[in-house]
Amino acid sequence: MTDFNARRAFLKAAVAAGAAWATADLFEVEDALAFATRQAAVPIDAQTRTLTPAQADVMSALASRILPAVDGRPGAREAGALYFIDRALSTFNAPQRPLYVDGINDLNRRAQAKVPGSANFAALTAPQQDDVIREIEKTPFFQAVRVDTIVGTFALPTWGGNRDYMGWHLLGLEHQMSFRAPFGYYDADAGKN
Amino acid sequence: MAPQTRPSARFRTTDVVDFVIVGSGAAGGIIAKELSTAGHSVVILEQGPRLSEREFDHDEFGTFMRGHNINDPATQPHTFRAKPQETAKQQQALVYGRLVGGSNAHFTGNFWRMRPSDFNEASRLGAVSGTGLADWPLTYEELEPYYTKAEWELGVSGEPGPFDPPRSRPYPMPPLPVKSSGVLLERGARALGLHPQPSQMAINSQTYNGRPGCQHCGFCMIFMCEFRAKSTSMVVMLPMAEATGRCEIRPNSYVAQIEVGSDGRATGVTYFDAQKRMQRQRAKAVVLCANGSETPRLLLNSASSRFPQGLANSSGVVGKHLMFNTYFQVNAQFEQPLNEFKSVQNTRMVLDFYETDPKRGFYGGGGIDARFGKYPVTFALGGLPSDAPTWGEGFARELSRQFSRTMAFGCHGTSLPLETNSITLDPTLKDAWGLSCIRATYSDHADDLKNAQFLAGHATDIAHAAGALKVWPDLIGPQTLAVHLLGTCRMGNDRRTSVVDRYHRTHDVRNLFICDGSSMVTSSRGQPTETISALAFRAGEHIADFAKRGEI
Repeated sequence: MTDFNARRAFLKAAVAAGAAWATADLFEVEDALAFATRQAAVPIDAQTRTLTPAQADVMSALASRILPAVDGRPGAREAGALYFIDRALSTFNAPQRPLYVDGINDLNRRAQAKVPGSANFAALTAPQQDDVIREIEKTPFFQAVRVDTIVGTFALPTWGGNRDYMGWHLLGLEHQMSFRAPFGYYDADAGKN
Repeated sequence: MAPQTRPSARFRTTDVVDFVIVGSGAAGGIIAKELSTAGHSVVILEQGPRLSEREFDHDEFGTFMRGHNINDPATQPHTFRAKPQETAKQQQALVYGRLVGGSNAHFTGNFWRMRPSDFNEASRLGAVSGTGLADWPLTYEELEPYYTKAEWELGVSGEPGPFDPPRSRPYPMPPLPVKSSGVLLERGARALGLHPQPSQMAINSQTYNGRPGCQHCGFCMIFMCEFRAKSTSMVVMLPMAEATGRCEIRPNSYVAQIEVGSDGRATGVTYFDAQKRMQRQRAKAVVLCANGSETPRLLLNSASSRFPQGLANSSGVVGKHLMFNTYFQVNAQFEQPLNEFKSVQNTRMVLDFYETDPKRGFYGGGGIDARFGKYPVTFALGGLPSDAPTWGEGFARELSRQFSRTMAFGCHGTSLPLETNSITLDPTLKDAWGLSCIRATYSDHADDLKNAQFLAGHATDIAHAAGALKVWPDLIGPQTLAVHLLGTCRMGNDRRTSVVDRYHRTHDVRNLFICDGSSMVTSSRGQPTETISALAFRAGEHIADFAKRGEI
């Protein structure tokens, strides 16, 4: 979708939602909506840049155990946290690349020790993966991956993850540029205290 | 149509303009508007870029963790230490907005007046041993017209509360709609016999002077408002200054030094332009509005044989008495969704504990407001209590359930002015322009931490009385990260103990003025922006008068 059409679509949706500014100066509103429409047009990575496919499988499996999909909601894997992690390792987080590569190798060794013959950490069942994680959850590697999984799931899609705002959806955060009161359950009690 | 037409003036660096102003934030924007509308030519030098609403975003990771729109640790690092005897280490301890509009462009919008009692604490309470607690050289009554001016010229939403200082005009706009957090704070506070009131916010609750009311998107704190509903220098004052045709805003201009002539008068400033070429802007007078960390750094970096301790520093107090304000949260989870991610940060507050009460046994006071204080990443990293799971299905379920059900009671407290808490020049570290970097030294005074603990105790009581299912306070301890940078070029009548006089003129250099957070003598109760704004309106008026009378 072109930027212009994306903005029009967003504006139409805003009108339908009864946004207070929808009847205001449309030129001004379009400026304000530039951010939202830019995010809607973010290209997504189809493959990793730094991690090999095998390393990416392990990283994705680990991210998925840190923040799994539960109760029908997406988790870190579905939100594409892997692509944030990978992109960061190829740019501003490059100094941590050895930590990640060593950590992935260590996970695979532990996986093979736990289940002889298994290909790598990603090949284990979820409960087996959790057992391995419990062995390493205090390590700098796990702590770093935990933070990156969270950032990759909840930072703006421009950073490579949080695809279609899946991370925000799992928090119950609706991505709108405009809301109207009441905002929450207790608003109705205003003045009754 | 397009709202951003800028018929602004353009000056040559060889022009001797009436005023060069360093910094375009809360104070710089207001003073530029006051001076240019009074008929003076003004150049504002701002180190950051100029962004339009089109370029704003809701990028929490970029802003909080990658240095977007703030002082950039990669090119302009600073060092930090708790005590003067320690060697300072490079770390991001001070955060300010680095763009046209300054920190004011991304501030949360809290807009509190100080009270008459704030201006004479030293004489009322007596000296606090080991501190530089002092009276202000002006009274609330003198500043009141400028508080009112700030509220009406910028645009503030609110309603008088039971403890408010006297005001000459009501608020220009009614309060913003109450959120669930505000209702709960009200419930808890009333049950305890306290007096909650609507929060005073520099955010439009309705259309005001051609700017729209708040759209409640939820991204105010450390973000700029795409709708121009936040009443800032950036969207109100700077356009008015430019519209005079006498004010030029020059972004990407990083000031190196204030230049002084053989007669001891400032002649202008040197700065690096976007291409890092050294430029010189000549001016009849210089006004520093660069914030409580960069203003003293600039004075210290302007040392010369005539001013060996740094410019305007015959007192030796430039950079001293740095005050951060204490800020800690008491966090709480409730049964039903509050959806605090919507709308402005806070809509209700409790100011019952504002005053220092000697019976408590320590200096200080503050306010408690109801807010979220988190965005998605910060919530997932630190929004759950310490006994919650940190990974796995339990973690995913808790995040999903509690994001909408969590709020915070923000505790805003005082900082005592200590000589040892300071901005100095780091002895070795240089920035990307080759200038000496800031070295910050800071330890909260014991009274400030006791006061923070006291406020957190009351906030905890309020949370329980409001029916919270779970309540847990932030760990209260020495602060190492600050966004309020106050007190480092304090005002005073005595040139031996202060940097500027009651009109913001430096005691040492007749045509050098300073107005920003550094002017503050005491720390307020954690919300200094309205006071900085009022000081700027007052300073702008007086400086324009001095110029008219040939007294610069």
